[in-house]
Amino acid sequence: MNIVVCIKQVPDSDKVTIDRETNRLNRAGVPSIINPFDENALEMALQLKDKHGGKVTVVSMGPPQAEEALRTALSHGADEAILVSDRKFGGADTWATSYTLNLAIRKLGEIDLVLFGKQAIDGDTAQVGPGVAHFLDIPTLTYARAVEVTGDTLKVTKVTEDGYEVWDVDKPCALTVVKEANQLRMPSLKKKMAAKKAEIPVWGFDELQPDENKIGLAGSPTKVNKVFAPPVKLNKEILSGEPADMVADLIKKLKERNVL
Amino acid sequence: MAAMIDYGITEDQMEIVNLIDDFGRERIVPVRAELDEKGIFPADLLKELAQMDLMGLYIPEEYGGFGASQLGFCLAVETMSKYCIGVSVSYAANALGADPILIGGSDEQKAKYLPPLASGEKWAAFGLTEPNAGSDAGGIATTAVKKGDKYVLNGTKQWITNGGEADIYTIFAVTNKAKGARGVSCFIVEKDTPGFSFGKKEDKLGIRASATRELIFEDCEVPAENLIGREGMGFLLAMKTFDISRPGIAAQGVGLAQGALDEAVKYAKVRRQFDKPIIANQGLLWMLAEMATKVETARAITYAACRTIDAGVKDVSKISAMCKYYAGDVAMSVTTDAVQVFGGYGFMKEYPVEKMMRDAKILQIYEGTNQIQRDIVGTSLVKEYASN
Repeated sequence: MNIVVCIKQVPDSDKVTIDRETNRLNRAGVPSIINPFDENALEMALQLKDKHGGKVTVVSMGPPQAEEALRTALSHGADEAILVSDRKFGGADTWATSYTLNLAIRKLGEIDLVLFGKQAIDGDTAQVGPGVAHFLDIPTLTYARAVEVTGDTLKVTKVTEDGYEVWDVDKPCALTVVKEANQLRMPSLKKKMAAKKAEIPVWGFDELQPDENKIGLAGSPTKVNKVFAPPVKLNKEILSGEPADMVADLIKKLKERNVL
Repeated sequence: MAAMIDYGITEDQMEIVNLIDDFGRERIVPVRAELDEKGIFPADLLKELAQMDLMGLYIPEEYGGFGASQLGFCLAVETMSKYCIGVSVSYAANALGADPILIGGSDEQKAKYLPPLASGEKWAAFGLTEPNAGSDAGGIATTAVKKGDKYVLNGTKQWITNGGEADIYTIFAVTNKAKGARGVSCFIVEKDTPGFSFGKKEDKLGIRASATRELIFEDCEVPAENLIGREGMGFLLAMKTFDISRPGIAAQGVGLAQGALDEAVKYAKVRRQFDKPIIANQGLLWMLAEMATKVETARAITYAACRTIDAGVKDVSKISAMCKYYAGDVAMSVTTDAVQVFGGYGFMKEYPVEKMMRDAKILQIYEGTNQIQRDIVGTSLVKEYASN
């Protein structure tokens, strides 16, 4: 199977500190990691390769330093890595990012499966996976927990709010993967050594030949006007009285609000 | 490993250290208390180490290994030992079991047995100790009698690390009783050989994740081609094996002591009594300073032994014995002090230092007690000064 895994380099949120004076995040000097959900997508790809053979290519769109995330992916067992990077791609929203990644995946040739983490921990939009699938004109299933391949068909277990669904989908298709799917294997020493020296092609404007109106900040239909913390509205009510009465009261109030 | 001191560790060696550090934090720490409490052999962790290309770290590249130096291998053992020496001994005992083949095996034996050990598909164990032959390894009673193109083994080995879990065993047996230590030979015995069985798994004070079992040989027929070297070479082979395996035990001591020091310093900074962190008490700070100095001196002598071996120096018995007993004693002392720094909490199983203290004790006992190591150093001194 020819599998592409799209990964994003994100700040390690465990190591982000808050500036006590300004109450803003200290972004400088925060180490970068592979988006944790993308690790699950990578492991799913590696397991499919272990079982059915083929090739795993990791693709990341980002600034030049995203190369580090790609090298990490290679040390865990990916076969090839492509960095999609160009100043002209800078400031892309999820739509323009999806369009640009789609061009890179098309350039890779015949593909059976494209995998994504269910969302990135920095933007949390969960839009790029389905967006890329849209531009590639292939079906998407989100929140995949498990996948089995029989011939040209994938049996995908998809997590839902109240359980899971099992879908059959034909190749080629795209999946976004949840954390419960697996745990990324440790890197191998030999692959880690090889990853340090690996040539990682950088595909930019010239390589991908995009429509200039669909890339970067200018090609992004969404504009961020303002970032703010929404005011928290709490309708707080404190019950009093004997415990048995309070419980009865609580049940009644919850039923009124259709919670129970 | 402490970053403050420059030991001339190469970039490749640092890759090994960093990889095992990640493995320790992500894979060993979450399970070590359970492995210890229930005495579970870390088979899953060894399988993951195989996938990480680390089971063959010490095996030459021509046999599918990584070809790390003695120092490279000991850095791996040290780093893993910061997290759990029950796991690191299960890992390192593979090298101990394979060493007689690496040192004295024929090209055919190496080609047959080393590649599956390098890939981690098979595991190894070393079988010398017996109920009545501990420090006096020359007193072993297991016999091997030649019968046609086979040797027939009879006897019992005791306290064999990886016993029952390993697939390939290097076993020491007497082929000529009249010759004493020079009548001992070493054989490669595979797990499923008829007449070869295992006793119960021992219940231990420490390193409880590791498997320690009896090996029982009852008319166990081994092909004559499984003899390593020649008849009578066994004792020499065992001593040469110990020369290179003892720095590995020292590395366990360094790692374990470092792990305990790390826990103790972190705790001393956050534990508050009398309105200040306990590390603000000079008495306690000096205790931590002593612990850190002991760890560093143990590390220095262990690396010195490794470099001496890597340089190809012929007689390394003295420095190997020195680092083994020194680092083992340091581990016992530093882990005991770490429990003291934690006070009552240190005595509780919720914190990792009580396990570290229990684990440390074996380092003063196995692979030759620390008294035997002092004997080896002393014997070397007597020889060195014989002409003066």
